[in-house]
Amino acid sequence: MFLIKFAETLGDHALYYVNQAGRMGIFLLLVFYNILKPPYYKITNIIRQIYSIGSLSIFVIIFTGAFTGMVLGLQGYNTLSKFSSEGMLGSAVALSLIKELGPVLTALMVTGRAGSAICAEIGIMRNSEQIDALECMAIDPHKYVVAPKFIATILSMPLLTAIFDVIGILGGYVVGVGMMGLNEGTYFYTMYKDVEFADVNMGFIKSLCFGLLVVWICSAKGYFVHLERRGGFGAEGVSRATTSAVVISSVAVLVFDYIITSLMI
Amino acid sequence: MEPIIQMINVFKTFGKQQVLKGVNLSLYEGKTTVIVGESGQGKSSILKHILGLVKPDKGKIIVYGKDINKISSKELKDIRANFGVLFQNSALFDSMTVFDNVALPLRERTNKSEEEIKEIVNEKLEMMDIHDSNDKYPAQLSGGMRKRVGLARALVLNPKIVFFDEPTTGLDVALSNEMYRVFFRTQTALKYTALIVSHDVPKIFKLADYVALMHNGIIQDSLPPEDFQTSENPVIRAFVEKTMGRIYESEKVEG
Ligand SMILES: Nc1ncnc2c1ncn2[C@@H]1O[C@H](COP(=O)(O)OP(=O)(O)OP(=O)(O)O)[C@@H](O)[C@H]1O
Ligand SMILES: [Mg+2]
Repeated sequence: MFLIKFAETLGDHALYYVNQAGRMGIFLLLVFYNILKPPYYKITNIIRQIYSIGSLSIFVIIFTGAFTGMVLGLQGYNTLSKFSSEGMLGSAVALSLIKELGPVLTALMVTGRAGSAICAEIGIMRNSEQIDALECMAIDPHKYVVAPKFIATILSMPLLTAIFDVIGILGGYVVGVGMMGLNEGTYFYTMYKDVEFADVNMGFIKSLCFGLLVVWICSAKGYFVHLERRGGFGAEGVSRATTSAVVISSVAVLVFDYIITSLMI
Repeated sequence: MEPIIQMINVFKTFGKQQVLKGVNLSLYEGKTTVIVGESGQGKSSILKHILGLVKPDKGKIIVYGKDINKISSKELKDIRANFGVLFQNSALFDSMTVFDNVALPLRERTNKSEEEIKEIVNEKLEMMDIHDSNDKYPAQLSGGMRKRVGLARALVLNPKIVFFDEPTTGLDVALSNEMYRVFFRTQTALKYTALIVSHDVPKIFKLADYVALMHNGIIQDSLPPEDFQTSENPVIRAFVEKTMGRIYESEKVEG
């Protein structure tokens, strides 16, 4: 009896997740198909999305970038000075930012700021039948609602990451050079000497992948809010979907960070 | 005459509740069919099946000769291009202004210039008696106004088939009479096929070519209004008596 119940529950869960995975895959294909298919977008539509997803994230990116760089400068200086190699601070800060912290922290901040908003917006459109209304007008919501968000997020993420990196490096400079008295030339020279194009490339690839992951998970969670397991109805349904979109995106970013690193290193 | 929309033996269960238990319904070109029935009987569900938003468990929905659950999404889109839909809750885009709501189908589906769009939208809003509200958001409108904006949006592309879910619920008597005049005017001008869900019995009968009663999970019958009122079907009789008994028992029966 108990075993049957157990097998049932297990099968039920398995089916649900397989189903969900399939749904998400098809969703991604449909969105890309719609991005590539004419008619192309009115540029204003995309600019508006870049504004709300990208531009409005700049402040929080600058803020977190600055403090991350500063704490890297502080920790790095103290650790490196144990081996009397404070001189390496510049390249240590720059490499950790460009290869790891920049893309990852930017993606996490964008998830919190824009990903949650994307999920909630699409989820509310679904729950108040606005998505249905679009379909009935023969306007594909994949194209009209979701695709501009995809384009905007995937374009914004590398740019935000670049801003994060630059501000972080300046933050490290403020602490290392300004407060700890490291030589200014040393800070930038080691950076110039040690950072290679492959490092920048890795950061860039990561930020593109993270952008895709975040916007994919967050918009799909909103788009399929009505199919959520524990009932995706009303305000509470949207709030639950948004929470889980943020959690899943954040975890996915960290997992893929490891995978991409291990593939590119 | 060949029906342009046909529901054939459609079954649908939501969770444990069987809502449609073998629905058969035919809509004819240029005719207005009104679905009546008590609240919660599945009238809106019928609409959603025909629109292709909900898939039946069993049975077929044929629109323009095609089973809408067996065609590609491209074909479905082409069919839907003929539709004008008013949802029961209006389903306006709540982060767009009234003007943008009504303009959206024109912007996305036609190549009209902004000038032309402005003209058409204003004309439709005028027709629905909405003035000076172009820049308001749906949340800033009254329930009745939202309905009328929804109607303007549904009619803006001059659709061939319209689906109105309770178009006059929430309007005052004068306005709902005005809506009926608008339907009559637009119907004569555009000759669209209409499927209207309404509780406004018996007034809605004046507009109807056919009246269909939804009860116990099936369409009991779809009849011209005069035949509907005199039908022998006990369920229809009961409905007619319940909703308009008083009037028809008196001597003042209208022609
Ligand atoms: N998505 C759904 N999930 C579960 N049950 C549903 C769903 N949609 C409709 N129902 C159920 O189906 C029944 C019919 O609903 P429907 O909205 O079609 O009724 P209706 O005839 O339009 O009623 P009203 O006149 O009040 O609008 C209701 O009991 C409702 O609870
Ligand atoms: Mg209804």
